Amino acid sequence: MEILLQALTLRLGHNAMLATLGAGMFGLAAGASGAFLVLRKRALVSDAMAHATLPGLALAFLLMAALGGEGRGLLGLMLGSAISAALGLLAVDWLTRRTRLTEDAAIGAVLASFFGFGVVLMTVIQTLPFGRKAGLESFLLGSTAGMLRADALTILVGGLIALGATLLLRRPMTLVAFDPEYAAASGVKVQRIDLAMMALAGGIMVVGLKIVGLVLAVAMLILPAAAARFWTDRVGRVVWGAGLIGGVSGYLGTALSAIAPRLPTGPMVVLTAAAIFLVSMIFAPGRGALALWSARRGFGRRLKLRAGLLDLAQGRRPSAEAARELRRAGFLSAAGEATDSGRAAAREAAEDESLWARAREILPPEALAGRDDGATPLRAALTPDEWSLVRGVSA
Amino acid sequence: MMGEDFVRFSLAPLLIGALAAMACALPGNFLLLRRQAMIGDAISHVVLPGIVVAFLLTGSVSTWPMLLGALGAAAVSAVLIELVRRIGRVEPGAAMGVVFTTLFALGVLLLERASLGNVHLDVQHALYGNLESLIWLRSSGWASLTDPKALATLPEELPRMAAVAGLMGLLTLIFWRPLKISTFDEGFARSLGIPVRMVSFGLVLAAAAACVAAFDAVGSIIVIAMLVCPPATARLMTDRLATQVWLSLAFAVFAAVLGYVLAGYGPLWLGGEDSVSAAGMIATVSGLTLGIAALYGPHRRRDEAGEPQAL
Repeated sequence: MEILLQALTLRLGHNAMLATLGAGMFGLAAGASGAFLVLRKRALVSDAMAHATLPGLALAFLLMAALGGEGRGLLGLMLGSAISAALGLLAVDWLTRRTRLTEDAAIGAVLASFFGFGVVLMTVIQTLPFGRKAGLESFLLGSTAGMLRADALTILVGGLIALGATLLLRRPMTLVAFDPEYAAASGVKVQRIDLAMMALAGGIMVVGLKIVGLVLAVAMLILPAAAARFWTDRVGRVVWGAGLIGGVSGYLGTALSAIAPRLPTGPMVVLTAAAIFLVSMIFAPGRGALALWSARRGFGRRLKLRAGLLDLAQGRRPSAEAARELRRAGFLSAAGEATDSGRAAAREAAEDESLWARAREILPPEALAGRDDGATPLRAALTPDEWSLVRGVSA
Repeated sequence: MMGEDFVRFSLAPLLIGALAAMACALPGNFLLLRRQAMIGDAISHVVLPGIVVAFLLTGSVSTWPMLLGALGAAAVSAVLIELVRRIGRVEPGAAMGVVFTTLFALGVLLLERASLGNVHLDVQHALYGNLESLIWLRSSGWASLTDPKALATLPEELPRMAAVAGLMGLLTLIFWRPLKISTFDEGFARSLGIPVRMVSFGLVLAAAAACVAAFDAVGSIIVIAMLVCPPATARLMTDRLATQVWLSLAFAVFAAVLGYVLAGYGPLWLGGEDSVSAAGMIATVSGLTLGIAALYGPHRRRDEAGEPQAL
């Protein structure tokens, strides 16, 4: 427990602190820009890009090792993976636009063949007598253990740059993600913004390679955005909510992985985000599963209550289910007699029902579409203008 | 390379690779046309937690529990994807991404935490497979092919993969008509009384079975590559479904054989000493083949009038 607190408050050494902060930045940038991708339904393209980083990573290692270095300089490796991620993106784009293949097929093909080629290069590296190759596998699943100071700094700076780029691009990206046709009509170059969005995602993933690894990098683009969707419907809030969730996941996951051996960083970060996703899916007010369920239940009960009131107004016996709702609302006595408030409410319901009938006659159907649910009083369903119109006609 | 050594070291991996490639390419054809190409990617990620859990439950690395665990994980993930899609109202791609990355992360964590001792089960094995190690040690040249005693010592992956590939072929033949019609025109299929949802579910299940069986023998890269690349290549060569399926089988075998040979002997030709990953090379070859087809394939372009397919 104490060590967890130390990790969370950045007291596990200087490098661990830098890595944790960098992971938080990375998560923030990934979550926010991932929200745009998910809204644009392009999330899985970034999976192809993430897997496509492997050959670039390996080639950069080979190049640096051939030039006499150790082959482990993070900056060089990141540069190599960025180039091959860009090639992967171009390949997906080219296959989708120039051939009859659909995007999902292009993604699958690019992902598998780039990754396969990367694996070939990795086996080449394993047989080479030079370079320190031990660290290279850590890019598959992410690891911040034993990270060099320079690497941690690189991640921190990279995270800051990614965050800045996200901030810079957020206006056009929001426009394109929310309403591409409107954006195009108002002079935004949608295709260019789309490409910039993908390039940004690629850059962010390259920053995150050392933390979450290339197999899982795409999770940090999708999970925070999908989780944030449960809390709000508004694009701007989804973006920043996703950023927040991503940042917390990156920070918390990296800190957690530092407290004990054999807690790989990538999976820890992803599982933290997944836990937030799960909690959001179940408990988020408004769109979470529990909220939806209780809203549906509440609506069913209001329907029954109203049917019971209408029965009372016309002197019929309410059904057993409706009677239960009436009794719960105090409109029916235990003996099955309508109470005073029950009679008043019944009168009101009957009046409202006849107003509804009138409204259906005089208002165009599309004005009532979605509002005529059988349980809402007319006054609450109409605008003040429509209300006075209906009242005026019936008076 | 045609002698005793070839039979001992290369024959079984070549055959297993080719059979695995065909078993994956067959359902891949239909998944491709139904825009479900990423299902292979999803399945091959969730297989890992499946086999880890199976190992934790049974304590052994024997084949059947692992296969069952993997298949179980694939089924669980299908349910989870549907749940996330329904409750979360997110698009299918994102729902898939949520589920398969989470399960894969869980699998890696379990693998790291479980004390596996000397048991040969690690992430790299799951990704790369170990095609090269499936050797026929007891063979002594081509004559062993007629020697029952030697045949009994073939790697057990070979008959299993052969059975799975055969099963895939058989299923494709039996369900050819409903598969074809429901793939191209779901409404028409429904009006003919074809149980469209059952066909769709059965296809995914068959693909999962092929993936899981191939995964055990050759690793996940080949599985993902073979589900997509050979069918996609074939799709750029022809408009006819039957031709596409046959061509995809040919491309699958081509990639498996050429990839294996290049991985095993390519470095020697280039003056190196050690071979490179066969799984990686097979995936690379299949991607290059697709690239060539995308440049020169006779039917590479989208038809002007949408998709006038010959049924």
